[in-house]
This record gives sequence, C-alpha cells and structure tokens, in this order.
Amino acid sequence: MLNGSILSLITFLPLAGAIILALLPRRGRIIQWWALLVTLATFVLTLHLPAHFEYGHSGFQFVINAPWIAHPAIRYHLGIDGLSMWLVVLTGFLAPIGVLVSWKAIENRTKEFYFLFLIQQTAMLGVFVSLDLFLYYAFWELTLVPMAILIAMFGRTRGPQAAVKFFLYAFIPSALLLVAILWLYAETGTFEFTQLQSAIAAGGLGPQALFWAALVFLVAFAVKVPVFPLHGWLADGLTEAPTAMSMVIAGKLGLYSLIRFNLGLFPQQAREFAPWMIALAVIGLIYGALVALVQRDMKRLVAYSILSQLSFCTLGIFCFSITGLDGAVYQIINEGVSGGALLVLLGILYERYGTFEISEYGGLSKRLPHMATLYVITTLSLIGLPILNGFVGEFLVLSGSFVGHHGWVVAATLGVILSASYMLWFIQRVFYGPPSSLVENRPTADVNFREFVTLWPMVLLMVVMGVASPFWIRGIEDGVRPLANPPMTQPVAQIHGRSLPAQASILKGRQ
Amino acid sequence: MNGIPNLHLWLLPILPLAGFLVNGLFGRRLPKALVTAVAIIATAIPLIQVATIVARFSSLTLPHVERVATWISAGPFHAGFTFQLDQLTMVMLCVITGVGFLIHVYSIGYMAHEDGYWRYFAYLNLFMFFMLTLVLANNFLLLFIGWEGVGLASYLLIGFYVLKTSAADAGKKAFIYNRVGDFGFLLAMFLMVQHFGTLDYTQVFAQIIAHPAWQGGFLTAIGLLLLLGATGKSAQIPLYVWLPDAMEGPTPVSALIHAATMVTAGVYMVARAHVIFDRSALALGLVAVIGTATAFFAATMAVAQNDIKRVLAYSTVSQLGYMFLGCGVAAYGAGVFHLVSHAFFKALLFLAAGSVIHALSGEQDMRYMGGLRKKIPITFWTMTAAVFAISGFPPLSGFVSKDEILYEAFISPGGKILWFVGLFTAGLTAFYMFRLWYMTFFGKDRTADSEIMAHAKEHGHGHGIHESPWVMLIPLIILAILSVIGGWMGWPAGLGGNEWFTRFLAPVFNTAGLSMNPNVIHAPAGAGSDHLQLILAIVSTLTAAGGWYIAHLMYYARPELPELLAQKFRGVYRMLFNKYWVDEFYGAVIAAPVLFFSRFVLNFLIDRGVIDGAGFTAGATAQGFGSLVARIQSGNIRSYAGWLAFGAMLVLVVTYFVFTGSFMLH
Repeated sequence: MLNGSILSLITFLPLAGAIILALLPRRGRIIQWWALLVTLATFVLTLHLPAHFEYGHSGFQFVINAPWIAHPAIRYHLGIDGLSMWLVVLTGFLAPIGVLVSWKAIENRTKEFYFLFLIQQTAMLGVFVSLDLFLYYAFWELTLVPMAILIAMFGRTRGPQAAVKFFLYAFIPSALLLVAILWLYAETGTFEFTQLQSAIAAGGLGPQALFWAALVFLVAFAVKVPVFPLHGWLADGLTEAPTAMSMVIAGKLGLYSLIRFNLGLFPQQAREFAPWMIALAVIGLIYGALVALVQRDMKRLVAYSILSQLSFCTLGIFCFSITGLDGAVYQIINEGVSGGALLVLLGILYERYGTFEISEYGGLSKRLPHMATLYVITTLSLIGLPILNGFVGEFLVLSGSFVGHHGWVVAATLGVILSASYMLWFIQRVFYGPPSSLVENRPTADVNFREFVTLWPMVLLMVVMGVASPFWIRGIEDGVRPLANPPMTQPVAQIHGRSLPAQASILKGRQ
Repeated sequence: MNGIPNLHLWLLPILPLAGFLVNGLFGRRLPKALVTAVAIIATAIPLIQVATIVARFSSLTLPHVERVATWISAGPFHAGFTFQLDQLTMVMLCVITGVGFLIHVYSIGYMAHEDGYWRYFAYLNLFMFFMLTLVLANNFLLLFIGWEGVGLASYLLIGFYVLKTSAADAGKKAFIYNRVGDFGFLLAMFLMVQHFGTLDYTQVFAQIIAHPAWQGGFLTAIGLLLLLGATGKSAQIPLYVWLPDAMEGPTPVSALIHAATMVTAGVYMVARAHVIFDRSALALGLVAVIGTATAFFAATMAVAQNDIKRVLAYSTVSQLGYMFLGCGVAAYGAGVFHLVSHAFFKALLFLAAGSVIHALSGEQDMRYMGGLRKKIPITFWTMTAAVFAISGFPPLSGFVSKDEILYEAFISPGGKILWFVGLFTAGLTAFYMFRLWYMTFFGKDRTADSEIMAHAKEHGHGHGIHESPWVMLIPLIILAILSVIGGWMGWPAGLGGNEWFTRFLAPVFNTAGLSMNPNVIHAPAGAGSDHLQLILAIVSTLTAAGGWYIAHLMYYARPELPELLAQKFRGVYRMLFNKYWVDEFYGAVIAAPVLFFSRFVLNFLIDRGVIDGAGFTAGATAQGFGSLVARIQSGNIRSYAGWLAFGAMLVLVVTYFVFTGSFMLH
C-alpha cells in the first residue's frame, strides 16, 4: 500500500516542508529545526526503498503511473530501479547533513535559504524518480533555479557572477534538451521512458536525427557532471556556493541522467560517442588532478579534484561493462559521501578561520586533532585507500574498463598517484609543520557536537561501504545490467580452449 | 565440518584492529597504563595464536583456506575476505607477530616521554592489522588492502612528529613513492582480471599451471608490473628514495616497519606470485638485476652517511636487494630465509641504535658519539652481535642466509656476475657496519660537541649517558640471541647442515610441474656441490673480514684517514655523500616540470585562458546582468517565488511554441 505512494511522499515532503517553513516565524532556530525535521523525515522515508526493494530484476518498482495532462500526454509516472534507488537514498542522507552544516554558517536570511534548500531537495529527488520525460525535465530545470539564487545570495565575494555563469552553463544546454525531448514526443507521441525506449529500439526514428537528439542529451548532462572541457562553471560555482549547496552541485544528477537516458534511451548512439567520452574522461581525470595540484585556494582544489574524481564515473559509464558500470554508480555515491564530507570539513574550517587560502594555514593538527583525523580519513577515502569506499568504486571502474581500453585505463590509473599527491600535500600544508600565524593567533575550539553528528555518519559510511560493497552493488547491478554489453561469459584465459582439471577440482574443493 | 579445523585466522588481524580502534578513539582520555595494556594485549594474543597454530601445523592440510565474507561482487568479478595459511604465510606470521610484539614492548620504554603516546600505539596496532592481512590474504585484492594499509600506517608513523616539517615531508614522500609502485600493482591486477577472471591465488595459479604454453607474453607484463609495485614497497631502484627519509619516524617504527616487516612485503609478494615470475625470464631476471644493483648502490651510499639511522636505512635497502637477488634466481626459499634473518638482526640494529639515541638525548649523528661501549654495555654487546651477523661472519644468521643467496646465484648459469657484485657488496656491508660500530662505541668520546645534547641539558631534561631501561633491553637481548642462532634453521648442507628452512618452504616453491621458463636464470637440479659451497663460504667470510679490516684501519687505528681520503677523492666522496643526486634528479626531471606544466599551461593558459575564455561571453553578460542580479539578491522571499514562477513560465512558453511548431511540422 505504502509502496505505491512512497515515491510521491519522498519527493514532495520537502516541498510541503518548504511551504510550511515560509509561514513560520523568524524566531530563534525554529526554521533550522523545522528544516532538519523535514529532511530527516524524508531520509527515513527513503530508507523504505532498500528495505522493500525486490532484488534480482531490472524493472521499475514502487511505480505510480497516473494521467496528468491528457494532451499532450503527460503522465505522473514515478518509479525507481536499482540504479536510481541508492541515489534517492543518498539525496535523502545528504539533506539533513546540509541543514546541520548550515546551522551556524547561514545566519542571515535563513528563511530564504532553507526554503530554497528544501525546494532543491524536491527537485533533485524528482529527477531521480521521474519516468515521464516531461516531468523529468520539469524537475531538472527546477534544480537549477534555487541553486543559482543561493549561489548569488550567499556567495563569498563573486557570488552573482558565479551564479550567472552557473545558470548560463546549465540553462542553455537544458533549453536544447527540452527541444530534443519535445522532438521525441512529436515523433513517438509519448513522454514515457519505457515506451520511448521501445520505440527507439524498434528503429522507427531516423538515425541522423536520433544522433543529434542523443548528442543534445549528452551535452546537457555532461555540462552538469561536469565532463572536461565543460567544467568552466564548476570552480567558481563550488567556491561561491554555500557548503550545503556545493555538496550537491556536481556529479550525481548529470551522471545519473547520462546512464538513464544516454545509455538507456540511446544505446546505439552512446556507443558511437563512447570513444570521445572515454578520451574526455581520462583527460579530465588527469587534467583535474594536475590543476588541483597547483591551486592555492582549498575550495578550488576540491573543485578540480571533484572534476578528476567524477571523470572516473564517466569512464566507467562509457565502457559498458557491468563491472565498470557498477563501479561508476558506486563512485557516484562515494563522491556524494566523501566529497560531501570534505566540503563539510572545508566549511567548518572556514567558519573558524574565515579563509580558504591554503598558505594561511599550517600546523593545525596539534590544535584541532579531531578535525585533523576527520580530514585525513576523508581524504584517504577520496584517494582510494582500500577498505574505504573510494577504492571499491575506482577498482571496479578501472578493471571493468580495462579490456579494450588498455591505453586509456593505464593513463587513468596514473590518477592514483596524482590524487595522493595533491591531497596529501594539501593535508600537509594545512595540518602539519609549525603553526602559521593565523593558527597561532586565533585559538578556536575543535570539532563540536553538532559537527560530530554531521560528520561521523559520513565517516562511518566510508568504512562500511569500503568493506560491505555487495549490500549496495546488488541493487545497482539490477539497474545497470540491461545497459551493459553482454559480458564475456568466460575470462579470456579459459576461452583459449582446454579444460582445466586442476581448477575444476579446486573449485569443487572450495564448495 | 569433516576434519578441516577452523583456525579462526581472521582473529589474527582483527585483534590489532580492535586495539587500534580502542586507543585511537579513546586513547587520549585513557591512562597511559591502559593504553599500553590494550596495545600489548592486541599483539600478544595474535602471537599466542600463532604459537598454537605452529604447534598443530603438521596436522593441517595446506594451503588451508578460510572464507569469511564477500568483499566485492560485481558482474563476473568476485573478491572475498578469504584467508590462507601455508608454509610461507606461517613464516611471515612468526616474524610479524614475534618481532612485532618485541618492538611493542620496546616502545613502552622508548616512547615513555613522548606526547601522543596513545596515538603512537594506535598506529602501531593499525600497522599490525594491515601487515597480518597482507600475509594472510588468499587473493591479490585482499593483499592489496594490506599493501596500501601498511603504507598508510607508515605514513602516519613517519609523520608522527607532526610539527616537524621534515617529518611531514618524509611521510608524504613515502606514500607517494609507494603509490607509484601501486600504480604498477593495480595494472597487474587489471591484467589478471582480464586474463584469469579472478584474483584468487588458487585459481590464478591453477590456470597458469594448467597452461604450460603460457610463457612470457602477458605473464611478463604482469610480472613486470608486480615488480614495479614491489620496488615501491621494498624500496628498490628506482623507487628506493623514500626509505632513508622515512627515518624521521620514531626509531622503533624504523625497526618494525622500515626494516623487519613492511619493506619485506615486496619480497613476500614476488615469492607469493612466483608461479607468474617463473614463466617470464625477463621479469624474473629483472628482479635479480634490480636486486643486485640496489644492494650495491645502497651499500655505497651507506658508506658516506653520518646519521646512524640513515646508515641503517641504506643498509636495509641494500639487504632487501639481496632478497630480490635470491628470488630473482628462483631461489625463493633463500630470499625468504634472508628476510627472516634480516628481520632479526636489522630490527636489533635499529633498536640498539634507538637505545644509543635514547642514551644521548636524541643525538643521531655518529660524529658526536664515540667511546660508548663502557657506558651502555648491554646495548654495545647486542649491537655487536647484530653487526657481526649482518656482516656475514659464521655462524651467525646473516652469514647463513646471505651465503645461500650468493651460492644460488653462483651456480645459476649467467649468475656469476650477480654473485660477484653481491660478494663485493658484502665486503662493503662489513665496512660500513664496522664503521658505524667504531664511530659509535670506540675511540674518543665526542658527545661533548653535540649541540642536541647540550640543548637538552640546558633545558633540564638532559641526563647523563645511561643504559636504557630493561623494558627496552630485553627485546634487544632476545633479538641478539635470534641473530646469533637463527642461522641454524637453514644451516647449509655444504657445511654439514640439513637446510631445514628451505625444505620447509619447498612445497610452496616447488617448481616441478610448473613448466618454468627455460631462460630463467636459476640453478638447474644437481648444480653445485657441497665442496663448492664450502669454498664460496670461505671466500665471502674473507671478504667480510676484509671490510672489517679496512674499517678498523680507517676508524680505529688511524682515524685521520677518512678525512684524507675524502679530500683526495673529493668527487667520489661528494657523489656518495649526496647519494648520487637521485632525489635532486627526480625533482628536476619529474616534479618540477609537472608543477610548471600544471601551473602555467593547464591552470593559467587552458583553464583561466581557454575554458574561462570560452565562458567569457558568460562573464561579459554577467556584467550586464548585474542589475538583474542585484534584484535577485533583494532578499524578499516573495521575489524568489516570483523568480521561480517566472522561470516556470518561461519553460511553459518555450514549450508551447516548440510544441505547436513541431506539430505543424507533422
């Protein structure tokens, strides 16, 4: 019973919360508490999904499908599969963290902030659950507006410019996306994802036109990821955005959409684009890492590291192996958790010292040992230390993409050296060595209770996701299996012919 | 289950992990005694467990595999938390838990006055967890957890003195150089997944054994990549440069991690993957060549160092080179034997050096030591045992294990040159070790010139030169006994022994039915003789004696000689003193260009120029949008609602027009 309405509940609860929030008085911390309550409730609701998910098949679940507008035929069609399920949960998980990290950081215009913040939640959740392309597009577009306004309002120094840049980068491709969606509707008479899928698979549409449609989809999503060289907005946007927003500005929306639509709707075209996308992914991976290496501002450093890390996902997506896709989706979640945690940490450091300039810092670990520990664990997760989450994603992407793309994967693997270099150098400059004059002159308290509550769940998740990956990958694999190339049933070695008596006996012995 | 005993192998790594968690999370608030107790118990119980396993070892069917849980399962790829016990793992377990326990005990005394005592023990336990995982793993991916994890522990412990810039630099350097090696290791694993579909030892090796026709080819590629990984972890050419800097860490750490255990992981891995290396003459040959070259060059660098720990660090690099040489001539048993005896005498050397440093309030420069043998007699005598052992005097452990490697190299076709370089290096080893011995314990007491000691005295925490407490001395004594008698485990047949150690490991390294590559440098069955072994033993003992004699001459009999020689061979001395400028070379050829390229070409020209330039239109528009934006910022919530409505309207209008347009097209 709940299964039918759960997705609507999850999606619109933040919106309802936002409307009530607008009516609340600006007194004390009522607004913060309310936002926290709403986001926590939403998160709890998202947990219903993995608890009741039926593993083992690839279709959509928790579906609600009702007519909304008769003509044009727009339906209120929500549903999730293994691909989107964990992204919904991730969004739900990050929302209360976003509230907690803004608790003290946003002191003025709190009502505006949390109002837009909650609308942003609804928009993002809507993107993941919509199965009607029109509905999807409405949510997609809606994600841009609160983000742009919040960047403009709460930017550090150049907020408005960054906001406009972000908006234009995102809006122009999105407008084209709308055209492409409408063209699809004109050709097929439906916005329904599955119907479109079969219509396109049936081959009724001209290949030339489909190519362009697929390209428009691709560009719109690639900007949002961002994929090199479309990342011009990222560093500025991330630097200016308030922490809670910067945690969700990049990554999951664009990557999810690439997988869902470019692989799901346009599998043929996606394979045509693949060589280019793989090249751009690997270039972006190395490029982002090298540029991160020489940043002086820690938020810009993190921005380029995110560009680099997200390129792993793009690589995994466009190699079309199950392992690689599993890894790519896992890496999206990792980036949300670990990248998010790093941004939270930057935020709480900024609250104490008021600067992101790396050279202002030094020797913090003696003053703020807890914070140092959290920083170190988070960066280790991001640079892919085994038994933390990042390694699982990276390993699956790289090993899954290896066959057929040796050169690119070798280059991508260089990223493990570079990521260690820029991250550890960053940690060293901020936390080790003698204390800087800023650190010397401004004694502050270590991580407080609220910040502990914000960060420990994320740290815990890094460890758990690092050692118990099947819990997540099981569902993810249900979602991505239909999108992958059929796997080689046997590894190359066994195809060389010959029976393997030794191995067979070993296998038997292990059972 | 029908007769297969459950050894609970997973407990071995889990206990130190628990110790790490307890001390890491709560250690700051716990009393020192409790921190100590937790850390010691977390290593003592695994030691006891290892002892019980040893006791029932002969009753086990090997390899003994215990599966705990699935770690990764994606598509056709699976990897589990699966542990394995065989003879090789057994040896490693004994070394790690045994030496590890002793060094934990020693640390109680050595670290007693340090800030962050709890942090130190937490990291040390963390190291034990990863190291035990490394040797217990049943697949390459789980081994890789340990592999990178020990690197992490090493990073944390090298940088233990967080306020020292040099310590932080050294920690980072170690991690990054290891990452270069890991780059190779990862690629090797990708190749294995591609060709075997799995990373399980049992399955990978079974597939290779089942295909005698696989020679070289992709197995060479895997071997070379694994070797790159091994050179990082085990500090071999070209990645050895991090290890000398790692001496910034506390001395017991140098003993445990940077001498006895972690740095031998590369040797362990090569031995573990010998089935792969045996099929590739190139990969295995390179193991031998890199090992020999590293042994030699590191020894020459050790000659010109004045910091007692740095001498030992280069010595470690050099000795690891011997282990590689042993593996490289397919004498894996000999390589592992040297690993064990080295663990004894090198841990002892470091701990004794630590005892010296402790006595001198932190002075590490041998130029400010001298004449200490009467003042710290137990340290002196234990160190003497280690110096004789590493220099290769019979019947001590270093003699037996090093000679076995040299002998195996000698009797391998094409191995004579390796033998000769190895022998020469043995002479150098004796020279620099006795140099250290004389400079530290003999001659004139030069401690009065030490600024560090003067400084310590001034600040009141200086104390007279004194022997270390018993908690530090007992580990020294135990290790000294092991260094002296350890060789009996593998006493060579040529000298009347039965080579028990090599025979014990033989089932793991058994090459029968393995279709070893015919071009691999290795001793054919029946090569060599007891007679030859005896002659070679005499030759190497004489070489070691030669090294001792020269050191005696230069640093005891005529102490003015070194200065004269350094003057006379200025170029050579400077080259050795500056360690062939390898660090500077890497800096100039790799780090500097990468940073320059990233800063000016990528960041400035491309990112700021091209990519932001492409967004210049956006930037320019931003100026025009200024007033609009100012209104966006008005701060009134109704105006945002208005903006949202405006956006939605815009979308709808566009939609409408496009719709009608597209319908008209129909």
